[in-house]
Amino acid sequence: MEEVKLMKGNEAIAHAAIRYGVDGYFGYPITPQSEVLETLEEEMPWETTGMVVLQAESEVAAINMVYGGAASGKAVMTSSSSPGVSLKQEGISYIAASELPALIVNVMRGGPGLGTIQPSQADYFQATKGGGHGDYHLIVLSPATVQEMADFVALGFDLAFKYRTPAMILADGIVGQMMEKVVLPPFRKRRTDAEIAEQCPWAVTGKHGRGHRNVITSLEMDSPKMEENNHRFQRTYAEIEANEVRYQEYYTDDAEYLIVAFGSVARICLKAIEDARAAGIRIGLLRPITLWPFPKKAISDLAGRVKGMLVVELNAGQMIEDVRLAVDGRVPVYHFGRMGGMIPNPAEVLDALKTDFPELK
Amino acid sequence: MKEEIIIAGFGGQGVLSMGKILAYAGLMNDMEVTWMPAYGPEQRGGTANVTVILSDSPISSPVLDAYDTAVILNQQSLDKFESKVKPGGTLIYDPSGIHHLPTRTDITVVSVDAMQASIELQNSKTYNMILLGALLGLRHVVPVDAVIKGLRKTLPERHHHLIPLNEQAIEKGMSLVR
Amino acid sequence: MKPEDIIKPENKVYARPRLLDDRNTHYCPGCSHGVVHRIIAELIDEMGLEDKTIGVAPVGCAVFAYNYIDVDWVEAAHGRAPAVATALSRLNPGRLVFTYQGDGDLAAIGTAETIHAANRGENIAIIFINNAIYGMTGGQMAPTTLLGMKTATTPYGRRADLNGHPLRITELLAPLDGTCYVTRQAVHTPAAVRKTKAAIKKAFQNALDGKGTSIVEVVSTCNSGWKMSPAKSNEWMAEHMFERYPLGDLKNI
Repeated sequence: MEEVKLMKGNEAIAHAAIRYGVDGYFGYPITPQSEVLETLEEEMPWETTGMVVLQAESEVAAINMVYGGAASGKAVMTSSSSPGVSLKQEGISYIAASELPALIVNVMRGGPGLGTIQPSQADYFQATKGGGHGDYHLIVLSPATVQEMADFVALGFDLAFKYRTPAMILADGIVGQMMEKVVLPPFRKRRTDAEIAEQCPWAVTGKHGRGHRNVITSLEMDSPKMEENNHRFQRTYAEIEANEVRYQEYYTDDAEYLIVAFGSVARICLKAIEDARAAGIRIGLLRPITLWPFPKKAISDLAGRVKGMLVVELNAGQMIEDVRLAVDGRVPVYHFGRMGGMIPNPAEVLDALKTDFPELK
Repeated sequence: MKEEIIIAGFGGQGVLSMGKILAYAGLMNDMEVTWMPAYGPEQRGGTANVTVILSDSPISSPVLDAYDTAVILNQQSLDKFESKVKPGGTLIYDPSGIHHLPTRTDITVVSVDAMQASIELQNSKTYNMILLGALLGLRHVVPVDAVIKGLRKTLPERHHHLIPLNEQAIEKGMSLVR
Repeated sequence: MKPEDIIKPENKVYARPRLLDDRNTHYCPGCSHGVVHRIIAELIDEMGLEDKTIGVAPVGCAVFAYNYIDVDWVEAAHGRAPAVATALSRLNPGRLVFTYQGDGDLAAIGTAETIHAANRGENIAIIFINNAIYGMTGGQMAPTTLLGMKTATTPYGRRADLNGHPLRITELLAPLDGTCYVTRQAVHTPAAVRKTKAAIKKAFQNALDGKGTSIVEVVSTCNSGWKMSPAKSNEWMAEHMFERYPLGDLKNI
């Protein structure tokens, strides 16, 4: 029987990683995500599944350990929070450019700079537009529940290996720190060296009679070849955009207005919508689950049916740019954001909606 | 059934762990639960609060603007949360940290001297369990045996001998509001 | 003697190592990198490690090391080779994992990764080419540049008050509990080459035996960056570099 457990989102990520058969985790403590590393150290998976867990000397070292592990075909991951994820960007760019699978978790806190340890969604641009240097994308998953924190570990790795590109779980301090019920996935065996050699023929593991060397590098001094590499990356991204868009709609069937929100903020908005519906106001919610690829078509379709949209985020207005691109000027799109670790409550969301759409008053 | 609860006081008063025990009791009782701390580096002395929601149906927002029940352990928290109790809701407070008493008349206000009661039990660590007992006595959100089951599940074996004391503290809290 | 007689197998006194690729390198004539590459290629073959070796290449002149030695390679970001090697080694037991790094990579931008990998005692071999200059980017000051030495960024010579002192990072690594073998060698004479080969062999064996981190510094020349002939570079190195960077073992346990 499935066992229902109560735990924090950060803890769920650690347990899900062990159960998925992750080969290595490399991290560095930073609030509000330190429970990931703490839980892994407490669980000692090296004694059971053989998973390597290492507290690195920095986020920079941690992401480069991920790069090395990923180069050898292993399922490897790191987690951090905003300032630490900024430090990882160079390494993430290398991982993307070397077409390696890996999972990066960002439990966002308020910035810029050292900012605050309280929740935020201000790294949306960084996560969805690349983050580091060069033209690349990460597959970006946005969990709204502790259950999704657990489930997206497997989803993130599956997609990362399918497309040979890094995936990110872009969580926030709310879903990282809150506890709720979760059903952890079943234990899965780590892949053997033989399975890795078969499934990842590109992996750097020692030649082992392969006859030719494998080299993982992002360097290509010959520009025509480097352009072709870029074309190949873009073809992969186009394929991901065609196949991997995920989102959830709530109450959109009869909605006159639409809220677009991601992560735990979507849940705050859902409560606001439930309260509004009790008062007869018909609002719907679209929650992107993949922030990249972004659910452009779903939002475009809804733009043809609603009178206006409100984008609610814990930032100064980032996802709203993607929403507006999808809406393409057909209906008004407004923004409501709190910053610096402040969290809006459902009543504030409704107030914002009524301010932007006075006919709702 | 849906109960939206805020527990607020100083760090070190057992605010977060009281919420945790309540959340575990909800889990034991097959309810949906969320436990959302206002987290921070404060360990002792700083303010701490936690929102706990227990519900028969799925929970949307873990962050709220109004609460069915507030358990208030210091003046700052009373100032902040008294106005956030829903009309008809319940406010439980420990008078030992309160100088300006609650003034709302459209809610049930109950003073629970948990500090004094924990002294009577000769163990200051029973403080938050006495308050939990008062909460359960007033709001019946989960049965006491679900709390005990939750404690048994979450406490390491070496601390299981403390469960009877906790049970006693809950009983004491319930008796204070009877 | 006719050429046909000369190329008979019994007359052969020198050959390209099997694992050193048959192609021109991008290294300048007279550069020490070629000699160290050759040593590594010979050793991997002689030690029977072709199938289980993973090299980690740096950013710097040796960035293309993966094009010259026929084993598996990962090309690391600037300075991060020891972190990359850490994961490769921990996740792939039984492999020989080594890094090949220059002075800028190891002793400037990658100082933290170098010290912490060594302090953890990662079972890796670190080959450190110290030529006291940034070769690839065009001859700028390295952390190991000698005082008074002219570079593109110290056109009037390195000054301690402006640029700090030449960093003896190998001396910093020797006292760390995680290191088992720390040595400084050179490749300017046949005898020195033989010693360096023995040192790298020991470093490789230590990594395989799980003894901890080994560091082999090779004091090297950069005749292009130093603006000298290869022969003059070797003389200058012996005269000036060895004073600051004396050859020999700093630790061997």
